[in-house]
Amino acid sequence: MADPILDIRGLSKSFGALKATDDVSLDLRPGEIHALIGPNGAGKSTLIKQISGEIAPDAGEIRLDGRSLSGVDAAGRARLGMARSFQVSSVAAEFTVLQNVVLAAQGASGATFRFFRPVMRDSALLDPARDCIAQAGLTGRENVPAAELAHGERRKLEIAMALALRPRLFLLDEPMAGMGTEGARALGDLLDGLRHRAPILLVEHDMDAVFRLSDRVSVLVYGRVVATGTPDEIRADPEVQRVYLGEEA
Amino acid sequence: MSMLLLIEQLLNGLQSGLMLFLMAAGLTLVFGVMGLINLAHGSLYMVGAFACAGVAAATGSFWLGLAASIAAAAAAGAIVEVAVIRRLYARDHLDQVLATFALILIFSEGTRWLYGSFPLYLNVPPSLSGSVTLPGGIQYSLFRLAIIGAGLAVAVGLFLLIGKTRIGVQVRAGEADREMIAALGVDIGRLYTLVFALGAALAGMAGALVGTIQSVQVGMGEPVLILAFVVIVIGGIGSIKGALVGALLVGLTDTMGRVLLPSIFDLFMETSAATSVGAALASMAIYILMALVLIVKPGGLFGARA
Amino acid sequence: MSAAEITAAPTGRGGRMARAQIVNAALALGLIGFGVGAWAMGETFLVTLATKVAILAIAGAGLNLVLGFGGLVSFGHAAYFGLGGYTAGILAHHALNYTPMFEWPVLFEGTTSMPVIWLVAMAVGALAAAVIGALSLRTTGVYFIMITLAFGQMIFYFAISWPAYGGEDGLPIYVRNGFPGLNTLDPIQFFGLVVALLLAVLGLIAMLARSRFGLALQAARQNRQRLMAVGIRPGGVLLVAFVISGAITALAGALYADLNRFVSPSMLSWHLSGELLVFLILGGTGRLFAPLAGAGLYIALEHLLGGVSDHWQFFFGLLLLGVVLFARGGVIGFLAGGRKHG
Ligand SMILES: Nc1ncnc2c1ncn2[C@@H]1O[C@H](COP(=O)(O)OP(=O)(O)OP(=O)(O)O)[C@@H](O)[C@H]1O
Ligand SMILES: [Mg+2]
Repeated sequence: MADPILDIRGLSKSFGALKATDDVSLDLRPGEIHALIGPNGAGKSTLIKQISGEIAPDAGEIRLDGRSLSGVDAAGRARLGMARSFQVSSVAAEFTVLQNVVLAAQGASGATFRFFRPVMRDSALLDPARDCIAQAGLTGRENVPAAELAHGERRKLEIAMALALRPRLFLLDEPMAGMGTEGARALGDLLDGLRHRAPILLVEHDMDAVFRLSDRVSVLVYGRVVATGTPDEIRADPEVQRVYLGEEA
Repeated sequence: MSMLLLIEQLLNGLQSGLMLFLMAAGLTLVFGVMGLINLAHGSLYMVGAFACAGVAAATGSFWLGLAASIAAAAAAGAIVEVAVIRRLYARDHLDQVLATFALILIFSEGTRWLYGSFPLYLNVPPSLSGSVTLPGGIQYSLFRLAIIGAGLAVAVGLFLLIGKTRIGVQVRAGEADREMIAALGVDIGRLYTLVFALGAALAGMAGALVGTIQSVQVGMGEPVLILAFVVIVIGGIGSIKGALVGALLVGLTDTMGRVLLPSIFDLFMETSAATSVGAALASMAIYILMALVLIVKPGGLFGARA
Repeated sequence: MSAAEITAAPTGRGGRMARAQIVNAALALGLIGFGVGAWAMGETFLVTLATKVAILAIAGAGLNLVLGFGGLVSFGHAAYFGLGGYTAGILAHHALNYTPMFEWPVLFEGTTSMPVIWLVAMAVGALAAAVIGALSLRTTGVYFIMITLAFGQMIFYFAISWPAYGGEDGLPIYVRNGFPGLNTLDPIQFFGLVVALLLAVLGLIAMLARSRFGLALQAARQNRQRLMAVGIRPGGVLLVAFVISGAITALAGALYADLNRFVSPSMLSWHLSGELLVFLILGGTGRLFAPLAGAGLYIALEHLLGGVSDHWQFFFGLLLLGVVLFARGGVIGFLAGGRKHG
């Protein structure tokens, strides 16, 4: 088995008395889609935020390619190749699609303090940005302000921005939410192809997509991982059926 | 520097801190509950002072003047809230700053129009004039002592109001979640007007009391407003306790700095230089205090944010 | 041209951009035309007034960089304006009184050379902005507003209580400082110099706005979380913008001191910080030429309303309130159309 790219050990985070993350350990291996499922409020987004560095865990360790990330902030982690999308779309609303993706490419380039050349004529950023836009299926929408995009398009924009970061791994928080069947399927196909570029930690409520796409699934309940395994193992797990699928049915 | 003088200055610092608290409490409540930054709070302070001066001059009674200051400031606050401030809750901070800056221009110039530019002076009521001898033989102005008492009483009252009453519960709920409290069936518009008028009344009262010690003039509210901002930054926005602690810190630092710094520099400088260096540093002391708090706790001493 | 539109080149939405550029050109030409016309008719006072507009527009342009593009509501920009003014005043004071400013490590006797004064003023403004910015940027939102206001006030009180340079009374500059090859005492020549600086500053800001730095700066206004997530720390970007902004506003302050041949703590007052904000909202927040439109309108109103009533500020307050509540786009938004934001 290949070394994991992302390795999480004993992660814990409490908000007051609430244990949002409770001794979570999981890993993300090259080439896989690892789905993270669980009921509302299980602590999925909180876990993603700790991985991406937006909030600090109380205890535990996160390693990227064997290197501990403690003391590295969210921007530093992004530069190391952690590309994330947000549960509630988070883009620069006044910027066009192209500007947003160029911004991401600029972040990946690590060279922001350049004051003279017009950024929107900088082919070192424009070329990869256009490429990512095409991969995300937004060609033709480059000059539309993000605020005017349809919901599904904004999700695609987040994916395009993640791609522009030259990711080592993806952290995607419910990328398909609110996309509709058609859109979700198309996005699923996109993710399916991306896993070989960089593995994906995928938080998703859409069970069809989860079981269709993932190589492994972890189930989070009240901040704890109650099961990890292949989709088939998870489907068969009595504990999961009781606490999670039972709820759905 | 005698011990007596030092204690007297401590009392002065306490007194100015408590008056600052009256200002800061309103500001911090309005921010905590409505999320609004109100520059015109200093204008309400001025309105209180002018109302007190006007009524006291007409009736000869300081007490009627004081009552008028509270009533006038509360009324002005309520009117402004209904006419202007309400439209600003959903706006960004820049709009709030500019609109309330416009209110300052309107209030200041309007007052100048009515009363002219010359300062008015208020007389300390006869029952509180003169000084008292405190334990230890300190002579201290009775009126200032009364202000300290009044400030403490208001502080206690405010803590009880916020902590123990129905309105207080609503205010605290409003800080947490606007929709929540609307869902509870509280008329949120009325609650906001009430909170705003309450803050205004406190500012008006402070204006009348401080105006009696100093003078009543256009623009008097602005330096106090900025000090109150410093207080809130130090204490943490939205926290009444923070406002009290911050106000006392600022009042004491400012007063003591002005007395102590020149004499400290006098120890190793010639007197004239010590006076000017000391005075210059003293004028910056509270801002340096603020900077220190910011470095240690960017959200303020009692701020919600870490 | 709104902030977002600046970086939208080369494929921006054409018609609207062109219209904004026409408005900008008209504003610049209007200012120059006004100044030159007044000079041709011998109205020296109006030339001085136009110079004042240009200087205040430079100050506003400095603020616009952080507010319009970076979204930082600095309520303390009078600090940099005043520091620039005091730099000019103090340098000239020493040069004219033949009292060396300092003798160690080298003898420095002050100067009356504008280029030197400008550089020193900008350095002083940048340094102050670096210190104040580094502290203030630890916070956001209302805290940031209050803290910048408070630090501005700190410098104001320092200027009042420090007696060496006039304290409360201010510091006169007996001779207008010089610029090689120009007679700066001639109002039209000084006006030309100031307008050239204004256009240079606006050009600089337009260039910054289009650069990589400008893209990150404008992203910081819209969504700091997103900026972090693409690997760019908003703090550093905003601090650099704040420093450049302080330098530009200090340059304006040095010019203002020369215009009035006088510096006083009123240049540091919080009213002035408020007025700089007002210029931007009157002109149209986030637009490159907003400071010029706003400063022009403000000075025009001051003189028109001021001629009618001593209490013109009362009416100005009402007008400002109306603009904030009902006309967010400002003058340029009204003339050029386009989205408002900020
Ligand atoms: N900053 C915070 N402060 C306090 N509690 C929080 C905070 N963030 C999250 N929580 C709580 O932690 C728990 C986990 O929240 P989280 O958003 O991680 O859940 P989730 O699994 O992503 O849910 P969903 O499926 O609805 O997105 C919830 O009970 C939430 O209310
Ligand atoms: Mg979530």
